[in-house]
Amino acid sequence: MKILVCISNVPDTTTKVRFTDENTKFDSAGIQWIINPWDELAITRALELKEDPNIPVDSITIITVGPIMAEPTMRKALAMGADDAIRIECEPLDAYQVAGQIAEVIKQKDFDIILCGIESSDYNGSAVGGMLSEFLGIPSVSAVSTLEIENGDIHISRDIDGGKELLSVPVPFVGIVQKGIAKEPRIPAMRGIMMARKKPLEVVAAADIKPLTSTVKFETPPPKEPCKLVDAEEVGQLVKLLQNEAKVL
Amino acid sequence: MIFYFENHKNYNMSVLVYTENWDGKFKKLSYELVSYASKVAEMMGSNATAVSIGKVGHEELKKLGDYGATKIIEVSNDSLAQLDNHAYTQVLANIAEKEGSKVVLLAHNNSGKALAPRLSVRLSAGLISGVTALPVAVEPLTVVKKIFSGKAFSSDRVNTSISVLTLSQNSFELIQSGNTAIIESFTPDLDPALIKTNVTQTDKQTGKIILTDAEIVVSGGRGMKSPDNWSPLEELAEMLGGALACSRPVSDEGWRPHEEHTGQTGKIIAPNLYFAVGISGAIQHLAGVSSSKCIVAINTDKDAPIFEAADYGIIGDAQKVLPVLIKEIQAVKSQ
Repeated sequence: MKILVCISNVPDTTTKVRFTDENTKFDSAGIQWIINPWDELAITRALELKEDPNIPVDSITIITVGPIMAEPTMRKALAMGADDAIRIECEPLDAYQVAGQIAEVIKQKDFDIILCGIESSDYNGSAVGGMLSEFLGIPSVSAVSTLEIENGDIHISRDIDGGKELLSVPVPFVGIVQKGIAKEPRIPAMRGIMMARKKPLEVVAAADIKPLTSTVKFETPPPKEPCKLVDAEEVGQLVKLLQNEAKVL
Repeated sequence: MIFYFENHKNYNMSVLVYTENWDGKFKKLSYELVSYASKVAEMMGSNATAVSIGKVGHEELKKLGDYGATKIIEVSNDSLAQLDNHAYTQVLANIAEKEGSKVVLLAHNNSGKALAPRLSVRLSAGLISGVTALPVAVEPLTVVKKIFSGKAFSSDRVNTSISVLTLSQNSFELIQSGNTAIIESFTPDLDPALIKTNVTQTDKQTGKIILTDAEIVVSGGRGMKSPDNWSPLEELAEMLGGALACSRPVSDEGWRPHEEHTGQTGKIIAPNLYFAVGISGAIQHLAGVSSSKCIVAINTDKDAPIFEAADYGIIGDAQKVLPVLIKEIQAVKSQ
């Protein structure tokens, strides 16, 4: 079984977000880049499956659509334990372009399980996994919180609004994963980091896929009113404010 | 009952809205979606058409008309009893094509996030997800959405003739317009072999308010010190008809179930009132709750970042403040 994990190179989640070029571009000056947290969980689950001697996982490949500056993040995924990596040389403008590019690569290579994080922490689109499955015409399962393989059969639990469902799905499929799929992301060990330098990272040219949406401008929210503090001995005052001022009680 | 409707507007530009049901019933989210769709339709000089998949009584379907739908398409097909993303996409795409829909709207919830991206590819329609307000323009469709988990906004424009949008829950006011909608049934031409997922078990939360639906949320963090200290939070939530939530360390420690974790990697919520008790307010936590209309923080540490996000705050020990708060709210409620 071959697993592909789609990863996105995103600014660290504690980043102060700024824009340049009259608010039309993200200001990447001084940004620390990380693997999108949900994608990191997907890699971790893929590694857990591969380590289980009862599960025949042959390889874990990671794929990113992005410029060369995404490579250190990809090396981190290799250091965690992925076997090889593919980078599609393209600066994507929307999720459609990302998914379309990845789909073109998948059509050339065979993968059984394709994993994507449920959203990226930068543009919060929640779109690439679903789009990818439709480009490929294969099943997708979203909001996946557990993924098990037993005798080659895939067993998944997914969140529905107000509950959970257990289901099975044949390969190939796209699993769109969320919290729960793996507990803690793997932290690469020194040995992993050394080995990652020698692992294959293939760069492929972009296919001719145009975005369907564009960003006109970015904005940052106006500064918030300061918090109104109520004395701990005057709790009744808080209740009055919630009732009469905020009108939420 | 039969509904007659004279149509003077252009159905061929309709706004199509997918309204999910829960055991045959709609909930507030469904009406938020229809309210939003009918406003967008009004901006475009067209109509809102709602699609419902599964068994829903006509009295219930009619309620969608109250919020502005002029037509309701009822799809029932036994093979659609469970959500299969591929099959549902095909059905919704068929209807969108038949109706000549210019905009397809879904909820930004688990099923909407599963279906909207597939529909976008199927219809070659640009997708803007997680919108919280009406479009700023309809030609071309331009909508402002939150990015970086609420730390910024982007105005996004769809460059195709059809658009797919997903609407965040509890972000749009209900608008009652009192339309009477016509109900049409639609039998999809669906190849059963298309359905590859096989649902073997469904567990639904019963009796409890679903966290993402709750208008009031009471949330506890590590400052609660022990899972044994949760009863005042439970009491407060119950008294207010709210739901319980928690921060990530609390769910990671196993003090509370993972379903209650709110934050960047947990549930993203937007209640009217959010109590953050003993929660320091790490940026990842705020990412999940910053859309709350009103945040109340109770924390012993006056420098905790939660006070920067909160509207109201008390610097104090939760174990002492909560019992008084409960008593004070009780007094107000019983007036």
